[in-house]
Amino acid sequence: MAEPRRSVAPGSPAERPLNWIGKPFRRVDGRAKVTGQAQFADDLTFPRMVYMRLVRSTVPHALIRAIDLSAAEKMPGVLAFLTGEDLPTPFGILPVSQDEHALCQDKVRFVGDPVVAVAALSEEQAYEAALAVRIDYEPLKTISGVDEALANPEPRIHDYGDYGNVHKAVSMRFGDTDAGFKAADLILEDLSYFEGNTHLAMEQHSAVALTEDDDRVTLYSSTQTPHYVHRALSKVLALPPSRVRVIACTNGGGFGGKSDPFHHEIAVAKMALKLGRPVKITLTREEVFYCHRGRHPVLMQLRTGFKRDGSMTAQHLKTALDGGAYGSYGVASTYYTGALQTVTYQLPTYHFEGVRAFTNKPPCGPKRGHGTPQPRFALETHLDKAAHRLGIDPATLRLNNLAEADSVTANWLRIGTMGLKECIEAVVEGSGWRQRYAKLPHGRGLGLACGSYLCGAGLPIYWNHMPQSGVQLKLDRSGGVAVFCGESEIGQGSDSVLAAVVAEVLGIDLADIRLCVADTDLTPVDLGSYSSRVTLMVGNAARQAAERARELIAGSVAERLEVPAEQLVFANGRVFSRADPETGLSFAEAVICTEAVHGTLGTTGSYTPPRSPGRYRGSGVGPSPAYSYSAAVIETEVDPATGLYEVRHVWIAHDIGRALNPVLTLGQVEGSVYMGLGEALMEEQVFRRLPERRSNALVHKMPSMLEYKSPTFHDMPPVTTYLIEDPDPQGPFGAKEVGQGPLLPIMPALANSIFDAVGVRIDQIPIQPQMIVKALQAKSSGKPARFGPTSFPEVDFGEELVVPTPAEGGDGRAISDFKHKLRAGMRGASGTMTTREEALKGKKDAPLTTV
Amino acid sequence: MRHQIRVEVNGKSHEREVEARQLLVHFLRDELRLTGTNVGCETSLCGACTVWMDGKAVKSCTQLAVQADGCSVTTIEGMKQGDTFHPVQEAFWECHGLQCGYCTPGMIMAAGALLKENPSPSEAEIRQSLKGNLCRCTGYQNIVKAIAHAAQGGAQ
Repeated sequence: MAEPRRSVAPGSPAERPLNWIGKPFRRVDGRAKVTGQAQFADDLTFPRMVYMRLVRSTVPHALIRAIDLSAAEKMPGVLAFLTGEDLPTPFGILPVSQDEHALCQDKVRFVGDPVVAVAALSEEQAYEAALAVRIDYEPLKTISGVDEALANPEPRIHDYGDYGNVHKAVSMRFGDTDAGFKAADLILEDLSYFEGNTHLAMEQHSAVALTEDDDRVTLYSSTQTPHYVHRALSKVLALPPSRVRVIACTNGGGFGGKSDPFHHEIAVAKMALKLGRPVKITLTREEVFYCHRGRHPVLMQLRTGFKRDGSMTAQHLKTALDGGAYGSYGVASTYYTGALQTVTYQLPTYHFEGVRAFTNKPPCGPKRGHGTPQPRFALETHLDKAAHRLGIDPATLRLNNLAEADSVTANWLRIGTMGLKECIEAVVEGSGWRQRYAKLPHGRGLGLACGSYLCGAGLPIYWNHMPQSGVQLKLDRSGGVAVFCGESEIGQGSDSVLAAVVAEVLGIDLADIRLCVADTDLTPVDLGSYSSRVTLMVGNAARQAAERARELIAGSVAERLEVPAEQLVFANGRVFSRADPETGLSFAEAVICTEAVHGTLGTTGSYTPPRSPGRYRGSGVGPSPAYSYSAAVIETEVDPATGLYEVRHVWIAHDIGRALNPVLTLGQVEGSVYMGLGEALMEEQVFRRLPERRSNALVHKMPSMLEYKSPTFHDMPPVTTYLIEDPDPQGPFGAKEVGQGPLLPIMPALANSIFDAVGVRIDQIPIQPQMIVKALQAKSSGKPARFGPTSFPEVDFGEELVVPTPAEGGDGRAISDFKHKLRAGMRGASGTMTTREEALKGKKDAPLTTV
Repeated sequence: MRHQIRVEVNGKSHEREVEARQLLVHFLRDELRLTGTNVGCETSLCGACTVWMDGKAVKSCTQLAVQADGCSVTTIEGMKQGDTFHPVQEAFWECHGLQCGYCTPGMIMAAGALLKENPSPSEAEIRQSLKGNLCRCTGYQNIVKAIAHAAQGGAQ
C-alpha cells in the first residue's frame, strides 16, 4: 500500500503528539444540548415581541384575483398585514433563478405558496386572523409531473426557463461516446426512478426579526446559510447589507432543508420593520412540508458500454427532474445528477443529458447528497446487472475499474486521494462477501454499492473571487481565545471541528475557546453548512488563523525566553522549550508577553478552493478540493410470498481522509446510513389529485409525520462501520467530508441485496413490498424480472456541449461552446474546430452488441 | 374559557390561569419559559416534547395544560440535581447520543422514564420503549448506546 500522505501545512504541530485531532472528545455543544439550554430560534423571546403567520395558497396553480382582509382586520389582536405589493423584489438562492417572492405577486404556484402575512399580539390571534383572510383565485391548469410539464408548455408556471415548463435542459458530451459504444462487448440500458422525499428535520423552521433603528434589522433564524439569507434580505428589503444582520441559531437538523432563503424569513423581517417591534414566526410541521427543497423525484435512463472484463467504454445518462414550483438550487441539482458519475470508476467517455421541469408542487432542492443519490442508485444497480451479465463478481468488477487517485476525469474533475479500494475491501471482508454472496438461501441476499461525494463545492453560489471561508481569532490577556466564523452548526459537529482545530494548533484546552459563529455582523463570511464543505473549508481557514497566532506568539516568547522560535512547543496550555520543557510560559503568559510587544492581538485565516481544470459551461458543478468515498454491503431477508423484507445488517466503510474526531465521524456515517435506509425503505413525498368535482387540484398526500413515514428505533438494523484514513493534502490535518457521502451507497446496496435474495430487480426507490411481489409475478410469467419505469420521455435537452476529455488532449473547454468559438474566431485562430453537426454525427447509430 | 390550574414543575409550584385549549407543551414553553422541551410534529409522533407527568413519560403536545392540574411535571431543565447531571444526560453527552440536539430532551426524558421502571434494559427493550421518539441525525445507534451506558452506571 502507498505511504499515507502527509498533511501539507508547514510548521504544523505534527511534530508533537496531537491533543485533540483524531481523539473522541466530547462535542462542545453537548452540555447545552443535554440540559435543554441550547437555544433554537423558537426558544427566543424579546420584550414586546409579536407573532406572524403566513396565509398560504390552498390551490396549486391560480391567478390571484383579489385578497380580502376586511374580516381578518377586525379580529382581536391583529396588528398588520403584508401582501405581495409590500415585497415586490424577487429572490432565490441561485443568481440564475431569482424566481421567488416573499409573498406571491399575481399568481400562486403550489398548495402552500405564501400570499399574505399577518401579525398579531399572540400566536393564536395571528393564526385565527390568517384563517379569516379571503383570497379569490382564478384556477389554472395544474402541472403534476415531468410528463405533464413536457406535454403542456402552456400555461407556463414561470415566464422564464429554457422553454415551456422546462426550467433547465442540459446536454454535455465528454469525449467520443460513439466510438466508446462501438468498442463495447456489452451495452446495457436501464431505466430507474427515485421518488422525491424530504428532510424532515426535527425542528420546524423558525425566525425572529428585530429592528434596532428604523432601518436596521436583525434576523435570528434556523438556517444553514446565514450568509445567503443575509444577501436575500438585503436585496428584497432594499437595505444596504451593512444594515441587515442575520444570526443562525443552533439548527435542530438541516440536511439541506434550511439552506435556501425562505419567504417567512423575509416577511418576518419586513413585518418587524413595519411594526418597529420584534416579530416571530415558527412554521407548523405542515408548512415545513411546503417549504420542502427536498430530494428531486428523478427518472433516469442509463446506458453503458462494457468490455468483457467489466471495464466501461462509454456511458450515456439521461435524467428528468421534477423540480416543483420554483428554481431553488434546481439548476445545480440538474447538473449534479450528472456530475459525479465519473469519480468512482474509470469512464473514458461520458454523455450526460438532464432536464428539470417546473411542476405545481413544493420546490425541490438540496437534500443530503444533493442530486447525486438518484444517479448513484441508477449507476450502482446498473453495475450489479452488468456484473451479473458478464459473470464477474460485483465487488471484483468495481475493484478492477476504480478511478485513479490524482487523476482528472472525463468531465474534468480532479480527483485527489481515493480510498474506495480500501472501502470495498473492508465491507467485503466484514460481510463475508466472498463466502456468502450469491450463496445464501433463497430469500436472503447481499448487495454491494459504492458512492462518492464532494468535500465542498468548488465554486460559491454567486460568482466572486473572495475566500469561501473566513475565521478570525481574538487573543487577549485572559488566555482565552475567541474564534469568529460564519459557519453554522446544524448538528454535524461543525462547532466542535472549529474549536478543535484552533485548540490543536495553539496547544490549549477546548474549554479556553469561546466560539462566536454564524452572525453576519460579527463573524467573517463562511458560505454555510451545505455541500459538505465545513470541515475542509472552515477547518483550513481556522488552521491558518491559528498558525498565524502561533507564529506571533512564538516570536515574542522566543525573545523573552531566549529560545529559538522553532524550538518552542505549544502544548497542554503552555509554550515551552523543546530542549528544556521547564523553560516556558503558560499560554496566558505567552499571550500577555505578545500583547505587550504587538498590542491588541488578532489573526485571520481564510480558505479558497483550488481552481478546477474544467472550463466548459456547467463545469462549475462537480469540482471539489477533494472527494470522499464510501462502500456498503447490505444483508436483507425477503419473504417472497408477501414481498416484506427486513434489512439484517449494514456494513459501511467511509474514506474520511482523517477523522478529526472519530466519534463525531462515526455518528455522521451512521446517521447517513439511517437516512439512506429511510429513503430506500419508506420515505416519499407524494401527491394526489382531488376529484374532478373538487377542482382536480394537486395536493400533498398528507403533509404530516402521520403520513410521511420515517424509520424508528425498530427499523434500524445493526451497522458495522469502518473508517478508512488516508490523509488528503487538501484537508485540514488530512480530513475529508463525512456528512453526506455515506448515504449514497445505501439505496442501491439494498436493491442489489434484494436481487441476490429473490432474483428480481427493483429499479425504484423507495422499495415497497408490493413491488417485489409484482416483479416476482412478472418473472414467473416470463416477463422481465423487474419492477420500475418502462419508458423515458422524448426530451429536447437543448444544444449539446462537446468537451474533449483529458485523454483526447482537451484543454477543459467545450469545442461547441459558442462563446469560445466566438473568441477563437475573433483571435483568428486556425486550430481545428469540430462543428456541432460533426460532433453529433453518428449520434443515433451506436452498435448494439451483446456478449 | 379559562381555567385556574396549579402545577408543580421541576419541584416548584405554579398557579396560572390558562385557556382550556392550551397544550401542556405551550404552557411549559410560553408561560414558564422552559424552552428545553421542543415541539417537532404536533401530532404525537416524534416525542421531542416528552416530559414526565407524575413520573411517567408523556408527550406534552398531546396533553392539555388543564390535564396537568394538580400534577407534578418534570422537564429536561429539572433533570440536573444541583451540579450533578442525571445519569442519562451524562451518558448522552459522553456517548455522543446526540447531534442537532433537538430530539435530545425528549429522548432523555423517555429514557429516564424507562430506566426508572427497568434499570437494566436489553437493547431490544430500549428500542421498544423509545420507538415513539424520532431522531433524524444519529440513526439511533449512539442513543441506544448512551441509554445502555446510563443503565450500567446505575441510573436511579
